[in-house]
Amino acid sequence: MGITTIAFILLSLMAIGSAVMMISSKSPVHSVLWLIVVFFAISGHYILLNAQFLAIVNIIVYAGAIMVLFLFVVMLMNLNAETEPIKNYRLRLIGILSGGSLLLVLIAAMMKIDVAQPVLMSTGDSGLIKVLGHALFTNYVLPFEISSVLFLSAMIGAVIIGKKE
Amino acid sequence: MNMVWLIPILPLIGFLINGLGRNSLPKAVSGFIGSITVLASFVLSLLVFMQVKAGNFHQTLHYFDFIRLESFTIPFNFTIDALSSLFLLIITGVGFLIHVYSTAYMHEEDGKDYAKYFAYLNLFVFSMLLLVMGGNFVVMFIGWEGVGLCSYLLIGYWYKNEAYTDAAKKAFIMNRIGDLGFLLAVFWLISKLGTVQYDEVFNAANLAKLTATDITGITLLLFVGATGKSAQIPLYTWLPDAMAGPTPVSALIHAATMVTAGIYMIARSNALFSLAPITQSVITVIGLATALLAATIALRQYDIKKVLAYSTVSQLGFMFLALGTGNYVAAVFHVLTHAFFKALMFLGSGSVIHAMGGEQDIRNMGGLHKHMKITSITFLIGCLAISGIPGLSGFFSKDEILAGTFAHSPLLYGIALFTALLTAFYMFRLYILTFSGTFRGTHEQEHHLHESPNAMTIPLIILAILSVIGGYIGVPEALGGHHELAAFLSPVVKSTTHHLSHNTEYILMAVSTLLVIVSIFIAVFRFRRYSTEQNNVFTKWLENKWYIDELYDAIIVKPIRGFSNFLNQFVEKRIIDDAVNGVGRAVNYGSRQLRWLQSGQVGAYVLLMVIGMLLLFIIQLFL
Amino acid sequence: MDIKAYIILSLTLFTIGVIGVLVRRNAIIIFMCVELMLNAVNLLLVAFSKMHAMSPAAKALPTFASDAQIFVFFIMVVAAAEVSVGLAIIVMMYRNIHSVDINFLNRLKN
Repeated sequence: MGITTIAFILLSLMAIGSAVMMISSKSPVHSVLWLIVVFFAISGHYILLNAQFLAIVNIIVYAGAIMVLFLFVVMLMNLNAETEPIKNYRLRLIGILSGGSLLLVLIAAMMKIDVAQPVLMSTGDSGLIKVLGHALFTNYVLPFEISSVLFLSAMIGAVIIGKKE
Repeated sequence: MNMVWLIPILPLIGFLINGLGRNSLPKAVSGFIGSITVLASFVLSLLVFMQVKAGNFHQTLHYFDFIRLESFTIPFNFTIDALSSLFLLIITGVGFLIHVYSTAYMHEEDGKDYAKYFAYLNLFVFSMLLLVMGGNFVVMFIGWEGVGLCSYLLIGYWYKNEAYTDAAKKAFIMNRIGDLGFLLAVFWLISKLGTVQYDEVFNAANLAKLTATDITGITLLLFVGATGKSAQIPLYTWLPDAMAGPTPVSALIHAATMVTAGIYMIARSNALFSLAPITQSVITVIGLATALLAATIALRQYDIKKVLAYSTVSQLGFMFLALGTGNYVAAVFHVLTHAFFKALMFLGSGSVIHAMGGEQDIRNMGGLHKHMKITSITFLIGCLAISGIPGLSGFFSKDEILAGTFAHSPLLYGIALFTALLTAFYMFRLYILTFSGTFRGTHEQEHHLHESPNAMTIPLIILAILSVIGGYIGVPEALGGHHELAAFLSPVVKSTTHHLSHNTEYILMAVSTLLVIVSIFIAVFRFRRYSTEQNNVFTKWLENKWYIDELYDAIIVKPIRGFSNFLNQFVEKRIIDDAVNGVGRAVNYGSRQLRWLQSGQVGAYVLLMVIGMLLLFIIQLFL
Repeated sequence: MDIKAYIILSLTLFTIGVIGVLVRRNAIIIFMCVELMLNAVNLLLVAFSKMHAMSPAAKALPTFASDAQIFVFFIMVVAAAEVSVGLAIIVMMYRNIHSVDINFLNRLKN
């Protein structure tokens, strides 16, 4: 059991545990916080895989910007544990069961893979910002530019939707 | 003769013209058409009769194949011989007189109903002609059913009255019960002999193929059919109720023709019946019992038509008595004479009812002789004929029946003689109460009394004449005649009665005549000065027709109604309705559940998406 | 580490996200679960990229293995844009019906 394996297991447990806490906590604010923990765990995974750029971007963009936005909206609506609506018991059960079955089916499908495919951990160039940047600005420059247009349209859209007419 | 087919077709054409044109034809025209077709058939029947009498016509005329199967064919043919030509004359002759009578009797109806009446009457004549002219049992059955239908239509002619339509239904249903017997007999014949043709069935060689059980079974079943059609025990209760129809209908259908169909059928099949002694005993007993029962009931009836109806049942019983003792010729003879005097009396009663403005209760009549001489005298002739006074037609036919019965069994003769005495008694009771004495009705009725128009009285006169002279074709040898009727019918109808010595016959005739005259005198004296008849227990029983209708109601009608109610409650309502409703409810329930799918709830949609995805994965990956 | 471990981890996170969507009625929480799903996918993609980095083809082409990571990058881009618009819609919804309960969103009924 190398250090990477232990780290992997710890991070995985953290991620799954926080995800479960996220979906089951009554207060929306708590759910947001738990999701942030999940994101940190995933970033940890990224670092373990030596995808440094993505790890940092994940934290900055997701945990930093997107989750903060969520938190703003939750605070704006003053949501807390008492006002939280709860779904019918039977429907929740059905939901959990279907999700569980989905998981089982997919894992069962996955188990059919016979060949062991190892993953390069902790090393490798592919995650370095230099390599990524190079790929981004040569092969994928068009999507990069268009993504700026995407942001523009999202911004305009958000402003228009939110206008008080 | 190639025009034989016209005989039934002419009334059929009359039916079509009157039936289809009933909304537009004026009354005089429909009456004329109805009567002229029957007259034309009568003329043709007369020509046919002459030819048969001359001896050069006895054949089967084939027209087409009615039913064609692999194993056998049922052709549609007419058989013209002595028996059928005689009946043809009766049907068309008496029928024509009754049509003429109806033109006056029914003239208060409005044009549409008037034409409908004549249409039905013509249809009846057509069916009856088919019945007697048919060359095999199936064609006879067509006519058999047709007359049953027309009887229903005509009894219920005044359809707005529910009691009348009930009577019509009763008649039809009882007929049908009998018809089942008839049909079973025909099926039996087909299965054993493969044919229903008269000349083939009554062929001695074919008859030899049938076992005793076959013959007894077939004849008994045929007799069941006859009890339905000719109103014998146990299927006779429809005939008194059938008096709900117009009086000419009662005269034609329920006195002269339809009810004689059973006798015709048995006379036609005499070869078969002569081989079935058990059936013959059954017929004898039932015929005699019916005659006696009906006569006793007639003693205490107050409706003029009901007395005549029970009288008809009784006389039919006599005819069956004759058939049962093998005296087929006597039965046919009595059919002939009975047609004359019973039709006469029915038409006479119609004349009385017409004069009394619709009143039918004889307790409210009396002394009508002063006002309606022709009706009264012809009615008297009818009464004398039915009583069997020597010289009139009824004497010869009735005496022949009685003689045949005596040869068979003196005990039965005694009962038959007693019934004949009762006949005379109640007929004269009817006559005295209606026509002599003092009028007991209301004042307006008395003012209204008048003799009927010529169209009604002339048929009465003609029938009266026939009632007098009609017997002379059957004068027995004992009295010096040659019994021409027997000779005429002999190729077809063979009587199997024992021969009596002439002395015995004289004694029988004398005894019956004497007793009948005594009976008439008793009736006349008893009812001359009429006061209300006292009812003791016995007569109350008679007045209520021996409670037979009530008995039938209790043992047949009520259980069947109860059973059908049960079926309605349980099978219909619970099982079938619930099944059908259940399907509806299930669909409703299902759709209500399925409607949840379209709830508009996003959550539900997502759930369905996930479940769909799951199913797709499963199918893709594992199946 | 075998790729199977990453696949199982990613699938687990994904289904937890699915269950979250099915179980909760608050629109915002549901949205967050969608983000969780996206992240699970991101993780898997990065794992695959590193898996391919082990293959011989990667030696030839240095950027071979980083295609998946670029893809992850763009997923994040789109997720960010989507979050902004989505939250704007949720705020609109809150303004109209004063609740974020999805059971009130049944205009698609019938």
